[in-house]
Amino acid sequence: MLLKIEKRPEASQLMVYATPILALILTIITGTVLFQLLGVDPVEGLRNFFIKPIDNTYGATELFVKATPLILCAIGLSVGFRANVWNIGAEGQLTLGAIFGGGVFVYFHDVDSVFLLPLMVVMGAIGGALWAAIPAFLKTRFNANEILTSLMLVYVALLILSLLVHGSWRDPDGFNFPESRLFSESATMPILLEGTRLHFGTIIALFAVLGTWIMLSKTLIGFQIKVIGAAPKAGGYAGFSQKKIVWFSLLFGGAMAGIAGVSEVSGPVGQLLPSISPGYGFTAIIVAFLGRLHPVGIVFAGLLMALTYLGGETAQINLGLPVAVTGVFQGMILFFLLACDVLVNFRFRFTLFGKAAS
Amino acid sequence: MKLKHVVSLIGAAAVAGSMLLAGTASAEEKVGFVYVGPIGDHGWSYRHDVGRLAVEKEFGDKVKTTYVESVKEGPDSERVIRQLAADGHKIIFTTSFGFMNPTMKVAKQFPNVKFEHATGYKRSKNLSTYSSRFYEGRYVVGKIAGKMTKSNIIGYVGSFPIPEVVRGINAVALAARSVNPDVQIKVAWVNTWYDPGKEGDAAKALIDQGADIILQHTDSPAPLQVAEARGVWAVGQASDMTKFAPKAQLTAIIDDWDGYYVARVKAALDGSWKSSDIWGGFKSGMVKLAPYNAAMPADVVKLATETQAAIEDGSLKPFAGPFNKQDGTEAVAAGSELDDGVLLGMDWYVEGVAGKLPK
Amino acid sequence: MTGYEWIIPVVLTVITAATPLVFAGIGELVTEKSGVLNLGIEGMMLVGAVTAFVTATVTGNYFLAVIAAAASGAFMAFLFGILTLSLMANQVATGLALTLFGVGISALIGQDFVGEPVQAISKLNIAGLSDIPIIGQILFGQDPLVYLSFIMAIVVSWFLYKTKAGLILRAVGDSHDAAHSIGYSVIAIRYLAVMFGGAMSGIGGAYLSLAYTPMWAENMTAGRGWIALALIVFATWKPSLVVVGAYMFGGITILQLHAQAAGFDVPSQILSMLPYVATIVVLVIISKDESRIRKHAPACIGKIFHPAA
Repeated sequence: MLLKIEKRPEASQLMVYATPILALILTIITGTVLFQLLGVDPVEGLRNFFIKPIDNTYGATELFVKATPLILCAIGLSVGFRANVWNIGAEGQLTLGAIFGGGVFVYFHDVDSVFLLPLMVVMGAIGGALWAAIPAFLKTRFNANEILTSLMLVYVALLILSLLVHGSWRDPDGFNFPESRLFSESATMPILLEGTRLHFGTIIALFAVLGTWIMLSKTLIGFQIKVIGAAPKAGGYAGFSQKKIVWFSLLFGGAMAGIAGVSEVSGPVGQLLPSISPGYGFTAIIVAFLGRLHPVGIVFAGLLMALTYLGGETAQINLGLPVAVTGVFQGMILFFLLACDVLVNFRFRFTLFGKAAS
Repeated sequence: MKLKHVVSLIGAAAVAGSMLLAGTASAEEKVGFVYVGPIGDHGWSYRHDVGRLAVEKEFGDKVKTTYVESVKEGPDSERVIRQLAADGHKIIFTTSFGFMNPTMKVAKQFPNVKFEHATGYKRSKNLSTYSSRFYEGRYVVGKIAGKMTKSNIIGYVGSFPIPEVVRGINAVALAARSVNPDVQIKVAWVNTWYDPGKEGDAAKALIDQGADIILQHTDSPAPLQVAEARGVWAVGQASDMTKFAPKAQLTAIIDDWDGYYVARVKAALDGSWKSSDIWGGFKSGMVKLAPYNAAMPADVVKLATETQAAIEDGSLKPFAGPFNKQDGTEAVAAGSELDDGVLLGMDWYVEGVAGKLPK
Repeated sequence: MTGYEWIIPVVLTVITAATPLVFAGIGELVTEKSGVLNLGIEGMMLVGAVTAFVTATVTGNYFLAVIAAAASGAFMAFLFGILTLSLMANQVATGLALTLFGVGISALIGQDFVGEPVQAISKLNIAGLSDIPIIGQILFGQDPLVYLSFIMAIVVSWFLYKTKAGLILRAVGDSHDAAHSIGYSVIAIRYLAVMFGGAMSGIGGAYLSLAYTPMWAENMTAGRGWIALALIVFATWKPSLVVVGAYMFGGITILQLHAQAAGFDVPSQILSMLPYVATIVVLVIISKDESRIRKHAPACIGKIFHPAA
């Protein structure tokens, strides 16, 4: 008997929704085996990973806090990925967003104004976009591959942040430790739910998702991005400028990552630190593809990814599992999700003795 | 399903539930630890985990310890600390400077939980700070290095130019120059706490620039391995790293949190815990030196032992004047010494350190 | 001192810094040439590093350790292949997931080996030759893996451009549909290329844990997999340029440390930026010739292949 994978005539709508459930079932089966091997009660293991982190209000809001920067970065990246622009430096653009946005506060820390926070967010978007403009310029002017330039600029961005917080942006009352002042009330994202850390950045992220959705489906530039992504030559014949698309998608992705950066420092972090992101810019690449580059998919993928991080923490706390185990488990969940995706566009056929069933 | 069955089911569920509740509220008290690195880093976080194990050993069934490793500074740490507090941990140790503000925030929300933050400066009624005067160990190491160097160049692999690290460099410079005024300290910053390859490369660069003793303020034993391979001296960091450099390691500055953690957990258990600011050194046992290398001449061993004893009994203060800043201006006059406040925020080099402090 | 002897230790340091990048870069280059983008280099290197370390510690046999590292890297790549080639999962996301998985599994395997040193892999000292002043040490006093890295670069270069199999591999990467219609098994060829890439990443990891810093520590690659990935782009998919790039990157990293130790009056963060900035600058200079990049870049990279018939 042979197993054959066949392309479906059109994507299966059923499978779009069924594959995540299939992935979940596979995860439960493998998780059971894994936990059994580690001497942990599988039911407890799975409960701690997927349910316990969000079975209370605070935990549920934390899911959104964690997912917000992931969704913002991923939504920006998805536009570029659709147009075959490989920006993998969202981490650096996020960092520059934090520097530009946080820098506003560092210089205007004694200003108490309702305009301070909006200015910070705008500057954050500008900072991220400027950092992404470097790969865009080098790509369009010198043909330099954006995979390399955007990635290398991540390291440069982190060192710039380090230079600033170890140097002139230090809190003058902070015993020369590498931290800025704590952001004041007017430089902090408003809290949406008293007693939690759910902040206005989440709303911004949801608007970004909505805006991107509309842009992709209703505007000319969105149409061009989709055409160029699907068939670069066709785009050329239709008179679309490849350069314009490169500029647009990098600036857009950079601005989104920049907003993610400023929403982190003026939200749950509350100051500038040498390390403000545990690799959100890189994780967002997974989120973008896990969400099938679709705005709504990205929201779910971002929440799911956030849940695996929260679950990893909870499993460490309650079950005493080392962080390595949570990494393995997280990797496996992603494998299943990605593998099951095949069913959307393909179907399995069992054929007897190599004879085609059709 | 009959009503009777439903009732009995609910009853069973209630019993099971109450049993569960009883299980969580047993006699054992929970103690939490938050680490910035993996416990497999063999450096900073590893030593804190050794302290956690000492707590387990001391109290046996009376406590249950929990740890969360590789917690990123920033928003993740606040969630982890809060979760530990909400889960009924009685006392929580947060072991990286970057956890300061998150610990402070959570401490405000959980006034009945006791918090201990390492290396910070913010305290409250239920938040203590603790740190170690590693510079005392480094001062002794400086004396040894000053005696042992032939090239008069001491290489120093630095992580980040924060006061803690600068303080260590200065302590070495002052001590080394007190026994050998020609000594120069050369520093290479790797801008990371942990990248074995890069730390080793920095050690190689320093040796190539003439250093014959390698000191480090990064986590991995890589610089020692380089020293061993190149035939120069080195000093271990955080743990006794003699396994990695049996010939090269002169000694190691050991972080020993065992005593402190046991004492604080004990205080939390018997109710005598009070918020405090502990900055312990040799005397309290927080800083220890690994056994000296057998190849060290007797007079150097004697000098080192005497220096340590003098620091312990208080007759020697590493940062007592007179000494100058790097540019030759007087930092501290004879007869006075730097107070802890200045030491805590030290961001300038003393005379004898080459290069400019990155700011 | 004759004045230029300082150069020997510097070059020796650069060689150790560059060698893991050469291995991982050459391997990933073959993977990419076949039209597959595997971003899991970091994860494969870590698994290779821990496998090599554990094997060397347990058996004491370094040859076996390197073979085991290559096998473990290839196995990781095989997992990647199942997902991306057989199940047609997205390559970018799967590669990143592979890194998450590799970081975790390597830490799990290695947890009992933390804090245990291992003897560094011994250097070949070719009698007589390694005593030649200056070049003797550099050319004839390295450990076997350094020579292997150069041999692999040459072999891969020869394979890709001088053999029929190499031509087929490149054809698969440039146009899988055409290669398929001629009758080549695109998927099988890609499996081999992906697993070769994994094996080389594994050896790159072995170099870290057996030669560069002979020990096992969690996450000890510290981002080198990403640098290797960038170097392939830098090299415009030419094996020889991967070696040049790795040595340039390693060289500038070492020189900036020397500049610091020599007391340069520049913040260390700025000096630390130099390798990254230099890589960008050089890429910009060599990218101007668009036709050359087109010639070497695999056209099908990252695209999913499914035989239409």
